Amino acid sequence: MLRFAFNTKNWLLAAMLLITTTAFAGAPYPHISEGKGEECVAPEDVMRKDHMKFILHQRDETMHEGIRTEKYSLKKCINCHVVKDANQQPVTYKDSKHFCVSCHQYASVKIDCFQCHSSVPETDQPAHSSLDNSQATSGLSPH
Amino acid sequence: MKDLNNEHSDQNCNQERRNFLAGSGKAIAGMTLVPGVILMGSAQAKPLDQAVSSDKRWGMLIDTAKCGDGCTSCVDACAEENGLLDDEHESNDQQKAHWIRKVTLKSRSTGKVQSLPLLCQHCESAPCVDVCPTGASFRREDGIVLVDKHICIGCRYCMMACPYKARSFVHEDLFHQKSYAPRGKGTVESCTMCVHRVDSDRTPACVEACSKDNHQAMIFGDLKDPNSELSKALLDYSSRQIREDLNLNTGVRYRNI
Repeated sequence: MLRFAFNTKNWLLAAMLLITTTAFAGAPYPHISEGKGEECVAPEDVMRKDHMKFILHQRDETMHEGIRTEKYSLKKCINCHVVKDANQQPVTYKDSKHFCVSCHQYASVKIDCFQCHSSVPETDQPAHSSLDNSQATSGLSPH
Repeated sequence: MKDLNNEHSDQNCNQERRNFLAGSGKAIAGMTLVPGVILMGSAQAKPLDQAVSSDKRWGMLIDTAKCGDGCTSCVDACAEENGLLDDEHESNDQQKAHWIRKVTLKSRSTGKVQSLPLLCQHCESAPCVDVCPTGASFRREDGIVLVDKHICIGCRYCMMACPYKARSFVHEDLFHQKSYAPRGKGTVESCTMCVHRVDSDRTPACVEACSKDNHQAMIFGDLKDPNSELSKALLDYSSRQIREDLNLNTGVRYRNI
């Protein structure tokens, strides 16, 4: 009886191990784009661990105090770590190759920065669609 | 002779007067040059790492007499600058975000029709800031009223509190935001007085567009700087705040209404 229980336990353990290793082996390693410059604003291991702290701190300072230093600005991250597609257009956060998205997908972290913030560099803004009349006069409508 | 003397002394007097005037004219020119130089000095952009301070209060003066009837330069420039054009396809005109809009006023007694741009008035005692339950609606030290969308929960109390209907709620996903003007679904937004421009010492897009179209109906500047064009204009002309009765001390003032 004891022997049987031990065997079952072993079998379960082996099965679990097999499942987890398969899962890890199956996750595609993220495509991490190199930045444009020589080095990042902090060493790689620091950035990997603490980038959200830097961004959060900068966020409040910029929003409330108008401090616009570039070192830890999200805009700078986006400008530097731009990933371009086959047509040499910068990819947005909808693309899993996007610098931020690639890693967060790998780590199963859902971020909502790009619901509001632009995920492409400032100079590479997506082109404007042509104005139609209803849009052009929308400012005149009473609220 | 006496008359001649008198005439002579009058001439002397006139000459002296002329000299004095010419001299004082030079003096005045000099004086205006000096503040000009100081103005140029202060026109340099604020250092990036420096926080905004209450030494400044940004404001506007809008001359409704100069505001073109049917002209929407300011509205268009605002939409272009802040990326309000390419999204919100499911929203109707009343739901779409508008940071500045043209309002037509008609006097009941005289029938006189006026057109003016209405935007966030950047009140000193802003009702939107008072009612915000999360602190998302706030007033910067330099008087610009903003929404911190990171902590806005989209309750829209501020929209109800604002007497100017200056705020909008974003109802749908957006994809074409400008990198300097983040905006997104589920949050309230309004005129930021182009804070990204102001912080680098530029004028808001609406004011720039109005000048470009040669209307010159909008003056932007520092209410606390007595030498600013805005303060001088406010000193020279009578101006009004919309809904003065609410005692909000608005940053945006109007002429000729």
